[in-house]
Amino acid sequence: MTDEAAPAAGFLAKAFANRSFVVGFVITALVAAMALLSFFWTPYDVTKLIVADRMQPPSAAHWFGTDQFGRDVLSMIMVGARNSIAVALVAVGIGMGIGVPLGCWAAARGGYIDDALMRFNDIVFAFPALLSAIMITAIFGPGAVNAIIAIGIFNIPVFARVARAGSLAIWPREFILAARAAGKGKALISVEHILPNIANLLLVQGTIQFALGILAEAGLSYVGLGAQPPMPSWGRMLFDAQTRMIVAPYLAIIPGMAIVITVLGLNLIGDGLADTLDPKLRHRR
Amino acid sequence: MSLLEIENLSLDIGGVPILKDIDLAISSGEVVGLVGESGSGKSMTALSIMRLLPEAARASGRIAFNGFDLLTATEDRMCALRGDDIGMIFQEPMTALNPLKTIGEQVAEGIRWHTGANRPDAEALARKMLDRVGLPQGKFPLSRYPHELSGGQRQRVVIAIACALKPKLLIADEPTTALDVLLQAQILDLLRDLVDEHRMGLLLISHDLAVVAEMADRITILRGGEVMEAGETARTLSVQAHPYTRQLAAASMHVPARRVALPLAGRVSAEPTGGGRRDVLDSPDKAPLLSVRNISKDYPGRRTSLFRKPTPTRAVDDVSFTLHAGQSVALVGSSGCGKSTLARMILALDEPTSGTISIRGETISGRNEASLRHIRRDMQVVFQDPYGSFNPRRTVEWLVAEPLHLLDSRPGKAERRELVAQALHEVGLTPSDISKYPHEFSGGQRQRISIARALITRPKLIVADEPVSALDVSIRARILDLFADLNQRLGVGYLFITHDLTVARAITDAVMVMHDGRIVETGRSSEVLSHPQSEAARALVEAAPDLHRAIARKMQEQG
Repeated sequence: MTDEAAPAAGFLAKAFANRSFVVGFVITALVAAMALLSFFWTPYDVTKLIVADRMQPPSAAHWFGTDQFGRDVLSMIMVGARNSIAVALVAVGIGMGIGVPLGCWAAARGGYIDDALMRFNDIVFAFPALLSAIMITAIFGPGAVNAIIAIGIFNIPVFARVARAGSLAIWPREFILAARAAGKGKALISVEHILPNIANLLLVQGTIQFALGILAEAGLSYVGLGAQPPMPSWGRMLFDAQTRMIVAPYLAIIPGMAIVITVLGLNLIGDGLADTLDPKLRHRR
Repeated sequence: MSLLEIENLSLDIGGVPILKDIDLAISSGEVVGLVGESGSGKSMTALSIMRLLPEAARASGRIAFNGFDLLTATEDRMCALRGDDIGMIFQEPMTALNPLKTIGEQVAEGIRWHTGANRPDAEALARKMLDRVGLPQGKFPLSRYPHELSGGQRQRVVIAIACALKPKLLIADEPTTALDVLLQAQILDLLRDLVDEHRMGLLLISHDLAVVAEMADRITILRGGEVMEAGETARTLSVQAHPYTRQLAAASMHVPARRVALPLAGRVSAEPTGGGRRDVLDSPDKAPLLSVRNISKDYPGRRTSLFRKPTPTRAVDDVSFTLHAGQSVALVGSSGCGKSTLARMILALDEPTSGTISIRGETISGRNEASLRHIRRDMQVVFQDPYGSFNPRRTVEWLVAEPLHLLDSRPGKAERRELVAQALHEVGLTPSDISKYPHEFSGGQRQRISIARALITRPKLIVADEPVSALDVSIRARILDLFADLNQRLGVGYLFITHDLTVARAITDAVMVMHDGRIVETGRSSEVLSHPQSEAARALVEAAPDLHRAIARKMQEQG
């Protein structure tokens, strides 16, 4: 008996029985909750500069201290989480929304369309993603929206590849033949039969790309091509901190830890989901 | 003393009892058959002997191999025994070999591990063994990879691995179930010869009573983890003292009750390819349900050089036949003869390279999906694998209703439910099954769902590709009954694709024998099967295991 026999609801139930999924889920949920909270309340206003309070180490009033303009670091981390998550989420959405249909189309059509799409994929893959994102934002100007587009474009081939590989494994199955004997066209079969069967794969890839998206956003902000001031972002907090590493190491450590913990949480989710997908791996644990 | 003695073997896995008080003994040079249906504990018995049970399993009782208790043996001791004194052959030759290693490496691996022989010596021995199992040096060098071999050849490699060190005991778990009858006969012959040569004990596990009857000196019949009956093959199967033995034997010889002289709407007329004789229809006024004219199908060959054009492989070669409404015809042939390719072309899932196929006078080749719809309504399909033929993420209602897509006016929700319930009723399932998922059903039930899906558009023709070969004998008998019943009640015609002649004889009016892409013989089922004319048909008939014949022969041998 394979686990694929279970419908999707059972799959998530099983995922919650996986330790790394649960840990990852809790971490990610905390980060997301923090980001949501920042819409309504932050300990201090991140746009208000209070020079008198500048460069304070962590204390009861400022848990994570303050930066060179006297802004509260905890508040900046909270608002920055909002930014990171939004950029990564939309970028994954762009990648999935365009990449998955492309991959399914390539698998369904085969022949020269498949070849052309996949070779184009290879070309996009050949550029280091972050470098190309820098190139795009350099051309169209820095900003959160352009960062989203840049990261999103480089998610497209990833999802196209996963969707195509998954679809190719499903196409020769007998239930696809039965659907064709029922007169269904390739597009309909892709939607009704292929997609539900590769959804798990896409979910795993989605969490991984989400984590990479957060890293990429931090990277872009670090070089000044992401969200622009006064909008706080984790990457630029790191950049601002690096000249003050000796006097105020917490300024670098705290946003760094925020990035590490968020990416770790998402990777744990991806890991847990992948284990749940592959029953052979799971039994060994 | 026997080579292997199993006494009171009981086994439970995670608290669920699997085996209860199994007794079994095998002497050197003896073939013991272990027969039972899926879930009867056959494989678990074999795995208990090998001590390859799942982790949660607890076994009690005694398994003595040459007087040495295997159940209490250390893992190191078992490792030394496995593959040396006890060899095992698995069912699925496609997955029993490591695809990344050459066949030479895989045969030599066990030899080197157990005897400490160096590589050249082990390979020399491996070479000898491969020659012995019928894979000679010239065509099958040690450097071949499993994917370059056919199913039967791979099974020979598996046998070579198991027999390389001349084990005292060989365990064969359904060694021929995945093969067609011709290959099955060859593999069984090989096993018999190897057992005689080395005076091995052979534990032959099978669900097929006929296979076991032909091979085994003694048989043990299992059901639900318990021994139902055990004894000499001839006596056990001729007396059939236990009701379950009787039931199993009846199921494997089962012929559905049908009107014997089914009035043929027309003679099946497929002439041997190339013959000048054109068919003469008994009812020429009506267009035949299915007419196949000079169909050929080429697959592009492997490109051997950048500049040379690859030579195409011809899978189906100039096939012609007609089939009339209500008729059921078997298409019989060994694996790879082109049966399934032909079926896919008839179902308009594949385009023929040349020739025409018409359903009720309408040509199906070269049409687009939209103009095929009303033709597709008249023909549906049932596949072999009851596990692979459903999308696991859909409910039975959705799956069975899928062909309704072909209707011009889509039925509404309530009507659709009604139609599905009716189709399920037709195949003997209850309407409450409608919202379940495929994994909640057994293999036999899934095959019923598959038939329900094929029936829902009320087709005139159902193409069934090996519809019962993955099923246990008793379930197979019931599914065959269902096919026969539907043929009579609803007048559905069948094109039955099979390598199993007993299936062909049971429910079809006519048989076409296919060989190397051509139809080599055609005729009424009973005639072809009792007096085969062509060589291909004769080979198939001779290789088919037959319980009556096997029992008769065993009676002579064992008195």
